[in-house]
Amino acid sequence: MRLPLILGLVLSAAALIAAAVSLVWTPYDVTALAIAEKLKPPSAAHWLGTDHFGRDIGSMLMAGAQTSIAVALVAVGIGMGLGVPLGLFAAARRGSLADEVIMRGNDLIFAFPSLVIAILITAVFGPSALNAILAIGIFNIPVFARVTRGGALSLWTLDFIRAAEVAGKGRARISAEHILPNIANLLIVQGTIQFSLGILAEAGLSYVGLGAQPPTASWGRMLAEAQTMVTLAPHVAIFPGLAIVFTVLGLNLLGDGLRDHLDPRLRRAA
Amino acid sequence: MSLLSVHDLTLTIHGTPILSSVSFDIAPGETFGLVGESGSGKSMTALAVMGLLPHGAATTGTAEFLGQDLLQLPERALTRLRGNEIGMIFQEPMTALNPMKRIGDQVAETLLIHRAAARHDARDMAREKLARVGLPEDRFPLSLYPHELSGGQRQRVAIAMAIALRPKLLIADEPTTALDVTTQAQILDLLNHLTREEEMALLLITHDLAVVAGRTTHTAVMQHGRIVEQGETEPLFRARRHDYTRRLFAASDHRPARNPQTRPEPLLTVENATRDYLLPRPSPFAPHPVLRAVDGVSLTIRKGESLGLVGESGCGKSTLTRAILGLDPLQSGAIRLDGAEVTAGHTMPRSLRARMQVVFQDPYGSFNPRHRVGRLVAEPFHLTGTPRDAEDRVAGALEEVGLQASDRLKYIHEFSGGQRQRIAIARALIIRPDLIVLDEAVSALDVRVRAQILDLLATLQQSHGLSYLFISHDLSVVRAITDRVMVMQSGKIVEEGATEMVFASPRHPYTEKLIAATPRIPAEWKEAAHAD
Repeated sequence: MRLPLILGLVLSAAALIAAAVSLVWTPYDVTALAIAEKLKPPSAAHWLGTDHFGRDIGSMLMAGAQTSIAVALVAVGIGMGLGVPLGLFAAARRGSLADEVIMRGNDLIFAFPSLVIAILITAVFGPSALNAILAIGIFNIPVFARVTRGGALSLWTLDFIRAAEVAGKGRARISAEHILPNIANLLIVQGTIQFSLGILAEAGLSYVGLGAQPPTASWGRMLAEAQTMVTLAPHVAIFPGLAIVFTVLGLNLLGDGLRDHLDPRLRRAA
Repeated sequence: MSLLSVHDLTLTIHGTPILSSVSFDIAPGETFGLVGESGSGKSMTALAVMGLLPHGAATTGTAEFLGQDLLQLPERALTRLRGNEIGMIFQEPMTALNPMKRIGDQVAETLLIHRAAARHDARDMAREKLARVGLPEDRFPLSLYPHELSGGQRQRVAIAMAIALRPKLLIADEPTTALDVTTQAQILDLLNHLTREEEMALLLITHDLAVVAGRTTHTAVMQHGRIVEQGETEPLFRARRHDYTRRLFAASDHRPARNPQTRPEPLLTVENATRDYLLPRPSPFAPHPVLRAVDGVSLTIRKGESLGLVGESGCGKSTLTRAILGLDPLQSGAIRLDGAEVTAGHTMPRSLRARMQVVFQDPYGSFNPRHRVGRLVAEPFHLTGTPRDAEDRVAGALEEVGLQASDRLKYIHEFSGGQRQRIAIARALIIRPDLIVLDEAVSALDVRVRAQILDLLATLQQSHGLSYLFISHDLSVVRAITDRVMVMQSGKIVEEGATEMVFASPRHPYTEKLIAATPRIPAEWKEAAHAD
């Protein structure tokens, strides 16, 4: 294993563990207000300080990890679960009407930025974490469909696919057995990118008030609330910002590392 | 006084020795052949001279060019030399040109970079250079893009770029390996012609002895990073002092011992096969133009027979192959395997499919890199159902093609090109088919490996009573392994007959052209081998 993979694993695991632990325990109750304690800089009692309601920032970051990771994970799941099969199908029937319909449908979704779709959805259904997930997830579908189709198309021209056809295998079977494992590295990398983008998107949506609603903790909303006091108490903005940066960095390193680690060619050469 | 004098050149890359004490001289205007198999270091020698070595490379020795040691020159000085005094062309004409730039601009760019011409003169000079390499203005305007040209025409553009500044030395690294025989002959003629006219020296790098024969004045033979033998081409070929040269020589026109056991009954019959492709519309509402890729082809392969199908790229060989394998439908005509109709897609019964297998050209693209060899070889069991002794059958097939049973646990990237072709043959054999289609199966291999694979194919044919459909553009290989041969041009079979008959006395002009274009070592050079 190489250093980036280890670093990625450590950073991602840290976010995951923080989220898991916060389900049962946080140093302080994240919904309890203590106005007297507000905007305290980091100290022995509050390692990362307190916010403008006197809540413990460390505790809020742990609870916020839950929201961020859940939203991003489900959104990537939606994107991969629908996008990859669509892309494989389109590539297997390349040039057909079905291919055209799928890819033009994707273009249609792509034409709207995820934020606009999110605003649309929240305007209709009201703001909540679930709607943020849906909005980010729908936006992920065309990303995965395109990556899948592009990777699959170049594979379909190769001789080992021809050999599988000569062995009587159908398109679905070839897609699952030969195409998918060979584009897995693309998908893993894209998956981690989308995962980190999902965390950023959730932060963005919460920042404009369309994501998780109070009192649910969320990194994005912590940033949003901190922005008016940046000069007064910089730590209130810095710590949620760092949490986002390190989690996204960790996920990207993890993706790159996994891609290299899973490829038999690179593994043996190492 | 030599133009390029390489002396005691030694190269290591990250500590791995690549070249050891390579020395040779090229005189001005001389044609120098550098022959060797893949991995022998011949391309690295050229890259060392050009100063284009990869990272981690360390050289000792000297390479003097016009009194300067190329190995000691700083990068800035080298950029002035490259393209200016030394031109280079590469193997793959598809990737050597920038697909986004017009050919005129690409040639003119070379002139502009070296400030050899003002901007408005550069276009005129580019036009003149393109005309010199056989791309005249009226048929090939400067505004063409590379994708509008054939492989041979692209290689001509690459040559025009390389000679634009009248370099004193042109390095051609396998310039014709990716091309058809007739195109190869034209490009080699062009290079010879240019070296004479422009008084330019040529360093021709190739794996094919026959390409060098009759085209270069001096030849060096490389093996494992060393020059094992060098000298004037004809005496070198006649004497063959070094053992490796002798082995290369023997392999270049190797014919496996065959004992054809053709039975009279037909195995595969193709009747009047026709297949059209729709081309893109030239304008939005015009009808699709139609390309007739296969035009009324009929053929028969008898049981135990080996039939050759010869033709250049684009002649319809691949389309016909796909139809025979039941991958693509025909517009009209019929294909029968032992009386049962071959249809495309799901309609073809598996038991029928199981009687045909295929080996492809590219030893690198023929296997899923994610699967182990055991699983790759076992793939055709999909057609027959996996038997209980599948493991043993895979092991047996691997041993039959000269590999080891334990190889089934390895991944495909652990094997060389020749070994991969053996694995491809094992995969084709595993379900004991009647017919194996060999689609350029040995074209990508070095001569000695090719000879071994041909021997293997001959042995297997005998022991299994196989029929082969051997598709190739390489006539010498087809001659070595087939009983009958068919020549295909523009979708039609133009000549057909017993292999030796067709090669000895071709009747169709196209066949004559193909045979004449095939590079060969003059017969009298072969006979005069020393007895010592």
